[in-house]
Amino acid sequence: MTLYDKQAARKAKEAELAWEHDELRRTLERAPESQERFLTVSGREIDRVYTPADAPDLDYAADIGFPGAYPFTRGVYPTMYRARQWTRRQIAGFGTAKSTNERYKYLLAHGQTGLSTDFDHPTLTGYDSLHPLSEGEVGRLGVAIDTARDMSDLFDGIPIDKVSISLTINHPAIALLSFLLAHAEKVGVPWETLRGTVQNDSLKEFHGQKTFALPPRGAYRMTMDVVEFCTRNVPNWNTISISGYHTREAGSTAGQEVGFTLAQGMAYVEGGLQRGLSPDEFGPRLSFFFGVHMDFFEEVAKLRAARRLWARIMKERYGATDPRAMLCRFHSQTLGSTLIREGALNNLIRGTTQAMAAVLGGTQSLHVSGYDEAHDIPSEDAMRMSLNTQRIIGNETGVANTIDPLGGSFFIEKLTNEIEEEALAYIRTIEDMGGGERVLAGMFAAIENGYIEREISQAAFDYQERIEEHAYKVLGLNEHEEDSVPPPELYEHDDDEEERQIARLEAVIHERDTARTETALEALRQAARGNENTMPFILDAARADATEGEIMGALRDVFGDHEDPGIF
Amino acid sequence: MTTPKPTKVILAKLGLDGHDRGIKVIAKALEKAGMDVVYMGMRVTPEQVVDRAQREDADVIGISLLSGAHKPLMTRLMKVVDEREMRGETLILLGGTVPDGDREALAEIGVDGVFPVGSSLRDIEAFIRERLSDGAQS
Repeated sequence: MTLYDKQAARKAKEAELAWEHDELRRTLERAPESQERFLTVSGREIDRVYTPADAPDLDYAADIGFPGAYPFTRGVYPTMYRARQWTRRQIAGFGTAKSTNERYKYLLAHGQTGLSTDFDHPTLTGYDSLHPLSEGEVGRLGVAIDTARDMSDLFDGIPIDKVSISLTINHPAIALLSFLLAHAEKVGVPWETLRGTVQNDSLKEFHGQKTFALPPRGAYRMTMDVVEFCTRNVPNWNTISISGYHTREAGSTAGQEVGFTLAQGMAYVEGGLQRGLSPDEFGPRLSFFFGVHMDFFEEVAKLRAARRLWARIMKERYGATDPRAMLCRFHSQTLGSTLIREGALNNLIRGTTQAMAAVLGGTQSLHVSGYDEAHDIPSEDAMRMSLNTQRIIGNETGVANTIDPLGGSFFIEKLTNEIEEEALAYIRTIEDMGGGERVLAGMFAAIENGYIEREISQAAFDYQERIEEHAYKVLGLNEHEEDSVPPPELYEHDDDEEERQIARLEAVIHERDTARTETALEALRQAARGNENTMPFILDAARADATEGEIMGALRDVFGDHEDPGIF
Repeated sequence: MTTPKPTKVILAKLGLDGHDRGIKVIAKALEKAGMDVVYMGMRVTPEQVVDRAQREDADVIGISLLSGAHKPLMTRLMKVVDEREMRGETLILLGGTVPDGDREALAEIGVDGVFPVGSSLRDIEAFIRERLSDGAQS
């Protein structure tokens, strides 16, 4: 049954036309509106007012429904924040594992409820701290992790069976997760009790974040090796955090973010099916990660659209029957690229607005970017403010009292429909590039022919043009330039951390049983050349103190390197 | 009178840094402004950039770095530029997250212009045109 009675919707349309002809026309004659067109951040044109006539076919049961019930438009759980607020998960990572471990303890003491690890560029791209390409970047924008022993330092004194952990790493995910599993063995924590997430979204690395370590097909196989291994051995672990955040940071629109991200997700589901796993088995452990931009309603609608579309895809296309396999559970992060250097304290207001959209969009966990991040990695004070933003929204504003409070708004429902349609159109385009049968083949084609990168790059350019032309005003960027006063207490980078990490790595290499390490690495190469799951071999290498660079190097020996095509 | 050759710009990212949104937007903008733009992509070495610039007789080298490693990497780039005696011949620009405090040191090693995150495309374009026409007059 449609949400609005057909006749009532028709009447609303008639009334709207009459209003346009009468009150509106007279007002416009007296005083025109300030702009000819009103656009969202993503460039979507927005009408003056929305009515039931904007979504005449909306069916309450089929399109909106109830929280925790298909198609999950309103939320993934029946009680949402009334049972438990979202997880406050501020990402952190810098310098050596020891330094980041101290920051973790600080965050846990200040109200953080889950941990998330940011790795430095060498770790993200699968190179050791000793590698010449790593110069100047060791521990710079994240923590440097070279061996399983560094992972033990990172979580020293932290109850990893109680605090959920997120490892923000992609192509080397299989190596870093193996380091964590090796650490769990050392401290006697059974793998079954580990809760957390590894990002492991290899496909997005070719258009968002761009910290690839392997070519597309090799990287994809590693992603699927993690999914298969964890489905059987680490059952409570979220095996992929299918990420739109980086796509959005690369400059995509909201519709592209949902379309490309869900297409990535579909490619992984198809990989699981190929390996003989049922979507009900591994589907519940797939999670998502979205960015939240400044356009409040567009962002709320985007998150609702992603949830509904994913549920429909899992149920209707891939035949999931367990509702948990249909859930688009997601982490969200307020977008770092919306932070402005000038007048850094204004970023607190941006963070609050975006965080509010994430909460009204039904997020499961949240990172609010630090107000000082346009200057450097966030200071302790900035992270405290980010946590406080979340506490104030959760405890003082009342927005968590009812579920999906914007549901039913004519505007929100219309936007939700539009974004779902736009995302679906992108998925179909990608699918067609692979011959139209499977999204997986289409994803490889769309990566290799540069389609996704070009689409995002065009959107980034269009956005920048609107800034240049002052069509979109951003305080401190193209409006009311403020004094460039750095915010208080910026994070101070310790240049000696790189040396410390290199010394640490050299000590591990000196102490270990190198013959055992070499044997493990050779066994890994053999497995990678064949069709076996490589994760048990990587675990062995991790236990033998093989470095991340050696493990990824062994995989590069088999799969080759990837070169950035330089598409714009 | 011959038609003037369009301004040749070589753009690249050094090191492992993956933040390529800005440099791609700049590539599009300069191309739209009539310049001949080559974007070499990420993880390029200073030698590769300078080789390409020399081979193609480039007017401008534009480097993007958001990794914080701009000091060591730009120092290495300028060393190669000097070895090939290209200083003063090719305009060297840097964009990305560059703290104000580092600008002086970068100017000293020979970086001609620094455009931090948030810089205007029009300003970058105007800077290139102005500096190249100054060079032509001298």
